[in-house]
Amino acid sequence: MIITCPHCGPRDLAEFTYQGDATLSRPEPASTDQEAWNAYVYDRANPAGEHREYWQHAGGCRKFLVVTRNTLTHAISGVEFAPATGSSRRKRS
Amino acid sequence: MAEYSAWQVLRNAVTGNTGWKPAWRKPEPKPQYDVVIIGGGGHGLSTAYYLAANHGLTNVAVCEKGWLGSGNIGRNTTIVRSNYLLEGNTPFYEHSMKLWENLSHELNYNVMFSQRGIINLCHTPAQMDDAARRGNAMQLMGADSRMVMPDELARRIPGLDLSANARFPVLGGLEQPRAGTARHDAVAWGYARGADRRGVDILENCEVTGFLRDGDRVTGVMTSRGEIRAKKVAVCVAGSTGAVMKLAGIDTLPIESHVLQAFVTEALKPMVDTVVTFGGGHLYLSQSDKGGLVFGGDIDGYNTYAQRGNLPIVEDVMSEAVALFPAAAKVRLLRSWGGIMDMSMDGSPIITTGPLPGMYLNCGWCYGGFKATPASGWCFAHTIAKNEPHPLNAAYSLDRFHRGYVIDEKGQGATPWKH
Repeated sequence: MIITCPHCGPRDLAEFTYQGDATLSRPEPASTDQEAWNAYVYDRANPAGEHREYWQHAGGCRKFLVVTRNTLTHAISGVEFAPATGSSRRKRS
Repeated sequence: MAEYSAWQVLRNAVTGNTGWKPAWRKPEPKPQYDVVIIGGGGHGLSTAYYLAANHGLTNVAVCEKGWLGSGNIGRNTTIVRSNYLLEGNTPFYEHSMKLWENLSHELNYNVMFSQRGIINLCHTPAQMDDAARRGNAMQLMGADSRMVMPDELARRIPGLDLSANARFPVLGGLEQPRAGTARHDAVAWGYARGADRRGVDILENCEVTGFLRDGDRVTGVMTSRGEIRAKKVAVCVAGSTGAVMKLAGIDTLPIESHVLQAFVTEALKPMVDTVVTFGGGHLYLSQSDKGGLVFGGDIDGYNTYAQRGNLPIVEDVMSEAVALFPAAAKVRLLRSWGGIMDMSMDGSPIITTGPLPGMYLNCGWCYGGFKATPASGWCFAHTIAKNEPHPLNAAYSLDRFHRGYVIDEKGQGATPWKH
């Protein structure tokens, strides 16, 4: 499998670290909604087909990526920087 | 029941081998059963066997989308052990071990269970302490264990690299002498034959395409061979759990599907007569009766339903095998393959009633399902027949995640690709 990093270009799978399902949204830190937290931590759609997932280019630019990959064929149809990282990240003052 | 015996072998030898019958029938599906089991793998077949043998339920069908033994029961590295640490796990796996010890007799089918022992190697003082703790916990819960030191390892496993300048020098290990290996296909065939002889219909090439419902209640299955009604429907489909449960409207589960690769080398002369695991990484290795080294390592580490793996893990596993057995560097790899694991969020399985009325669920075996095959079926059959779990599988509930009772043997948290 080769992942095309938006920053580094096409790189071997061995350079990347898997970080799991990217479709989950974490509840607000102050949330006391137990079911929302349970669902975020434990419940997965686990699709057989298109899957949006986090990868970190740990052996390269170290950016977090959102990869859209087919879990039946391993074909990758999209790679972008994860929100709040990469080009979309605001500069700290 | 046509028994397999030395007498039958002799009798057939002089009568042209005309006395053998197929090990199981190829029946047509009936319109209705008491229990339909989805999945004709090891766990599904052992569930069917124990439903008939222990609970007198013989109006049972097993729906298998391919052929028997086409899934993980025929893809694993055949290791049987009960060397767990936690209270939810060890009694269950030890029960499985006891069933293994009598399985060939119980089934009248040689599953070639070989109690050659398993040795988990330790490479740091902390690992030695941890192994001693686990060994003590095993003994407290009725399993067997002992520590082994390098001098004994040198005597018993001559090819092992025990040199002090190894990258991860071996300090010792934890052995479970009663652990071992079994002929994995024979386990599926033996349970299939045993269930079939008691009246269970094994329906191959019968893919479940949907569930029959009466409100919330599950009342049967739609299959590629027609509708089958059932009082109880048991789902036992390992890596396909997510896909099958979606047919019943269950869109999320504490499960991810991942691929695990396994490898076998060309046949060698006897080299290692036990199961060895590497503590400097993750490798488990044994030698088959044909002589091939059979081994595996970590899962590939990303969600997949493709039954094939990627090369970085191949390289990783090979380097670990060579680290343990330097002589293996000259050995050619014969085959490698992949199987889809139902990785649960705490690394422990689920055997439970529900989640819908009329439904029963058995999944989450991660990559430790083979050794559990007898106890999984034994407990699942109890759960189905009595509508409540047996004390041995009571902890393997589906709601334990939301209730905070996870059984996290590795202490890894909700990251299924790391269990």
